[in-house]
Amino acid sequence: MMKLDEIQKRLLREVADLHAVPEGAYNIRSNSQSAGRQSTANIEITPKTDVSGLDIRIKAGTKNESVHIPVVMTQTGLYELVYNDFYIGEGADVVIVAGCGIDNCGSQDSEHDGIHRFYVGKNAKVKYVEKHYGSGSGSGKRILNPGTEVYQEEGSSVEMEMVQIKGVDDTKRTTTAKLAAGAKLVVRERLMTHDEQRAISTYVVSLDGEGASADVVSRSVAKGNSFQKFDAKIIGNAPCHGHTECDSIIMENGKILAVPALEANDLDAALVHEAAIGKIAGEQIIKLMTLGLTEAEAEEQIINGFLR
Amino acid sequence: MLELKNISFNVSTDGADKEIIRGVDLVVPDGKLIVVTGPNGGGKSTLAKIIAGIETPTGGSIFFSGEDITRLSVTERAKRGIAFAFQQPVKFKGISVKDLIRIASGKNISVADACEYLSSVGLCARDYIDREVNASLSGGELKRIEIATVLARGAELTLFDEPEAGIDLWSFRNLIDVFRNMKKANKNGSILIISHQERILDIADEIVVLKDGRIDKQGKKDDILPSLIGTTSAISDCAMMNPGKGAE
Ligand SMILES: Nc1ncnc2c1ncn2[C@@H]1O[C@H](COP(=O)(O)OP(=O)(O)OP(=O)(O)O)[C@@H](O)[C@H]1O
Ligand SMILES: [Mg+2]
Repeated sequence: MMKLDEIQKRLLREVADLHAVPEGAYNIRSNSQSAGRQSTANIEITPKTDVSGLDIRIKAGTKNESVHIPVVMTQTGLYELVYNDFYIGEGADVVIVAGCGIDNCGSQDSEHDGIHRFYVGKNAKVKYVEKHYGSGSGSGKRILNPGTEVYQEEGSSVEMEMVQIKGVDDTKRTTTAKLAAGAKLVVRERLMTHDEQRAISTYVVSLDGEGASADVVSRSVAKGNSFQKFDAKIIGNAPCHGHTECDSIIMENGKILAVPALEANDLDAALVHEAAIGKIAGEQIIKLMTLGLTEAEAEEQIINGFLR
Repeated sequence: MLELKNISFNVSTDGADKEIIRGVDLVVPDGKLIVVTGPNGGGKSTLAKIIAGIETPTGGSIFFSGEDITRLSVTERAKRGIAFAFQQPVKFKGISVKDLIRIASGKNISVADACEYLSSVGLCARDYIDREVNASLSGGELKRIEIATVLARGAELTLFDEPEAGIDLWSFRNLIDVFRNMKKANKNGSILIISHQERILDIADEIVVLKDGRIDKQGKKDDILPSLIGTTSAISDCAMMNPGKGAE
C-alpha cells in the first residue's frame, strides 16, 4: 500500500469513514493513481485497459461483504474521468462504499468525473454509500460530476445514500435507473451548498416491470449565494409504485429550483411527487433559543438534524 | 424573583391598534407556584411570551433576579434561568428526543439521565429517547416531551402554558406530582403555570385571573379558587371526562 499523507488520510475519513485499510475488497485512488487494491475470493477488482477505471465483479451469492473504492485528490489542476463498472451476481448481498474528497489549495480547478454503472443481478441486494467532500483554501474550484447508471434485474434491491455536505463548488449529478419486475430502488440524497456553489441533481428512473418500486428522497440546504436544481423524473411503464420527494431549506440568498416530473404509461402505475422549499420555521429557532442556544447555534442544530 | 411593571402589548391589525395586554403588574416570588387562568383570548400566552422574550412589550419593564431584562433576547433570558414549555410544542425533522433534552440540559448528559425526565412525565423512556420530535408523535406525546425538555433545564423560573392540554386523565394526576417534585427539588425556583384545571389551580400558592389583557383577580389560592369553581377558569376532573357537562 502506498503511503498517504495527513490530508489524504483526512479526506478518506470524511468520504469513507476509513481510519485504516478497509476490510474486504478495496481500491484507493489517490491523485489519479491506485494507492492500494485488494480483491477477495468473491469480489474481483481489475483495472480497465481502455479507459481509466475499474471493473468490479461480485460473484453470485456473495453475502455480507463490502467493497470500498474511495477517491482522494490533493493536487491542484488535476482532471480525471473514471469509469467504474459493478457486476453484481444473482442473489449477492453487498455494501459498496464510494466517495470522493478533493483538497485544493492551489489556484487551478480540480475535477473528478466518475461514471458508475451497476448491473444488479436477480434478487441481489446492494447498499451503496457515496460521500462527496471538498476542502482547501485555494482559489481553484473543486468540481465533482458523478454519473450513476443502475440496471436492476428482477427482484433486486438497491439502496443508495448520497451525501454532499461541504466544500464542493460545482456538481452535476446524474442518476438513471431501469428496474425490472419486482425490483426496488431507494435513494436518500443529502445535499448542502454554500457560498457561490452550484449543484444540479437529476434523476430519471424507469419502472419497467410489474411490481417495481422507487422511492427517491432528497433533503437539501442552500446557503450563501448557492444554487441547486433538483430534477427528478419517474416513469411508470408497468404496474408499479414511484415516489419522489424534495424537501429543502433555503438560507440567506440560497436559491433552489425543484422540477418534479412523473410519467405514467400504464393504468396501474401509481406515482407521487412531493416538494417543499422554505426557510427554517421561525418557531423552531425560537424554541431552541428558549433552551439557551443563540440564533446561529439554533440554526446549526436544525440544519444538522435535517441533513442527518 | 420575576417582576412585571406596567406591561402592555399592542398589535396593529388592519390599521387599527389592538390592546392585548393592558398595564399588567405581577410578581412571581422565589419558591412560589403561581397559576394564571382566565377566559380564552385573555392574553395568558402572550404574557408568557413577553416574559420569555419572544414578544417585546410595547410598554413597561421586566425584572428578573433584580436585573432589568426588558431588552434582553430570548437566549439571554434562557441563560439567566427562564424556561418555557409552549402551549403548542414545536416539531423538528431529524432532531431526536435525546438531542432536545441534551440541548435543554446544557450539557452532554447520559442517556440514563435523559430517560429520567421522560419517565417523570409518564413516557416509557426506552420507546421515545431515540424518536424524532416530528409529526409522527401524537399531540399528547409531544406535549409530554415538551414538559420533559423543560424539566431538563432545571431553571430558576419555569413557565408552563396549559401543560395539561392533550394529556389523558391518568397522566394528568402524575403531572401534578411533576410540579410538586419541582418545588421540592428547587426550593428557590419559581413556577408560573397557565391553566384552566381546578386540580392545577389547587396546588397554586397564588392565583391570577387574566381577562381582556388585565388582571381581573389576584390573591392567595384559598381566597380566589372558591369564586372560580364551576367557571371555565377552573374545570374539574369530571368536566374533563364529560366535556360539555358541568363546566360553564
Ligand atoms: N401577534 C398578534 N396579532 C394579532 N392578535 C394577536 C397577536 N397575538 C395575540 N393576539 C390576540 O391576543 C389575544 C390574546 O391571545 P393569547 O394567545 O395570549 O390568549 P390566551 O389567554 O392564551 O388564550 P387561550 O386560553 O385560548 O390560550 C387573542 O385575541 C389573540 O388573537
Ligand atoms: Mg394560550
